[in-house]
Amino acid sequence: MLLLVGYFLGLYFFGSGIGGLIIALVIWGVMSLFAFFRGDNILLALSRAKKISRDDHPRLYNVVEEMKIASGLEKMPDIYIIDDPALNAFATGRDPNRAAVAITSGLLQKLNRDQLQGVIGHEISHIKNRDVLLMAITAVLLGTIVILAWYATRILFFSGMAGNRRSSSSGGGSGQIIILVLAIVLMVLAPIMAQLIYFAISRKREYLADASSALYTRYPEGLASALEKLAASTSQLKSANKATAPMYIINPFRKKGMSASDLTSTHPPISERVRILRSMAGGASFADYDQAYRQIHKTSRRIVPASAMATGAIGLRAAGSEVTEKEPDEIQRARETSDLLWRRSDYKTITCDCGTKLRVPPGFKASSIRCPHCGRINPI
Amino acid sequence: MTWYIIVGVVVILIILFIVTYNRLVRLRNQVKNAWAQIDVQLKRRHDLIPNLIETVKGYMKYERETLEAITKARNLAQQAASSGPAVRAKAETELSSALGRLLAVVENYPDLKANQNFLALQEELTSTENKISFSRQYYNDSVLSYNNRTQMFPSNMVASMTGFKASEFFEVSVAGEREAPKVSFT
Repeated sequence: MLLLVGYFLGLYFFGSGIGGLIIALVIWGVMSLFAFFRGDNILLALSRAKKISRDDHPRLYNVVEEMKIASGLEKMPDIYIIDDPALNAFATGRDPNRAAVAITSGLLQKLNRDQLQGVIGHEISHIKNRDVLLMAITAVLLGTIVILAWYATRILFFSGMAGNRRSSSSGGGSGQIIILVLAIVLMVLAPIMAQLIYFAISRKREYLADASSALYTRYPEGLASALEKLAASTSQLKSANKATAPMYIINPFRKKGMSASDLTSTHPPISERVRILRSMAGGASFADYDQAYRQIHKTSRRIVPASAMATGAIGLRAAGSEVTEKEPDEIQRARETSDLLWRRSDYKTITCDCGTKLRVPPGFKASSIRCPHCGRINPI
Repeated sequence: MTWYIIVGVVVILIILFIVTYNRLVRLRNQVKNAWAQIDVQLKRRHDLIPNLIETVKGYMKYERETLEAITKARNLAQQAASSGPAVRAKAETELSSALGRLLAVVENYPDLKANQNFLALQEELTSTENKISFSRQYYNDSVLSYNNRTQMFPSNMVASMTGFKASEFFEVSVAGEREAPKVSFT
């Protein structure tokens, strides 16, 4: 698409298709380099994510390590927590050796171990399948097409208004008009079509990530029930924007009540993803996911690339022990996560004798603090 | 003219040979790496158990046999570490079931369940069990890919020429190793 647009624009404006191609490729190259080298840091900084170590949150670290083993990643990805009550998670990193996984504190509190495993499995599979790289490349392509089309429109209108007509010495006025019409059509259609293709690719990779998560955990019900919890919540993630939306596990811009998957959505609808995962009764392999997908959609089109389906039959496993117990104690989980976040922001915690936890900010100068609950003076 | 075609075909065949050989090498290394990974996790479990026994001993005064069974199973598993996969799998499965019995009995001791040390240990144990399971899963998947390559045509020709043989799977003989410990209060 990019090449087509570049060629025709170049043909019209410079009388040389190759020139247009070169310019298009140069723009694409520059943007690619920029995204390539700065991509992951920007995203993490935007969401104000805090990196954690093993001791900060053993359960999360262990779950990520388990998924790293199950997926065969070489290097353990960095783990970040985002201080936000919204439920979401994302993965980033341009190659599997330099990857990061981030999860909101809201989601961390709400999920039990199997569900957390399903979600992390989904994110790790984005890293393993190099989806981050793929979507970055596609986004850059899309951006370049849009930029080219926009500049072309401006130049066209400018030259039209100034009454400046390019006179072609090689004659053939009708030939010029045809090229002009083609260029205009491309300029208008190309951004739209490129966007649609971008969203379609994003949705397809989401299905693949769901299938991979089921394969790694051998327990699709974990991810299915996690997605259900995600669907039930309505709080919006504060720091997401349209460009970073594909990296999150569910669409951060969904509104409750949107049932159809429209063409401009980066993620397939959650209810459908849950249904596919739940109808994987035969096993946990890609072939089983593909079969479930075809069954739900009543189509014969495959969703998983054929090269990935070479493995043999893979059985499901039983639920982990936490599922048979009651659901996670939310209050305790909330305390756990907020303690962690306070610590990471360099707040000191002092427990007064009356039981109140006092949080002292990092810049606090005095040597003792008064407990607001009982009035006792506590030394720092 | 025919001379060029022959040379071209030979070159292509050589390239294909090299590519297949490299693929086999990569898969075999993946299998070895996966096996080492299982080793690491099993050893980690062995190291965690003494700590577990110490933490639990003070609370569970009436469960001496269960604790002893675990210590014995652990020692057996450590000794089996240098044996072949079949012997090892059996010893490790014994240890898993002994641990499962202990964790089921813990339900009767609410003080122990509230102890922070024990909770952290339980998390570590659960995680190690999962990691053993996943690394075994990954090992078996790697063995499957490798075996497919060594046995399917046309890479089996390259494999037999250069000495790649199929590997064996790490099977568990006792079914239900990953089942949740069932607690009954009857």
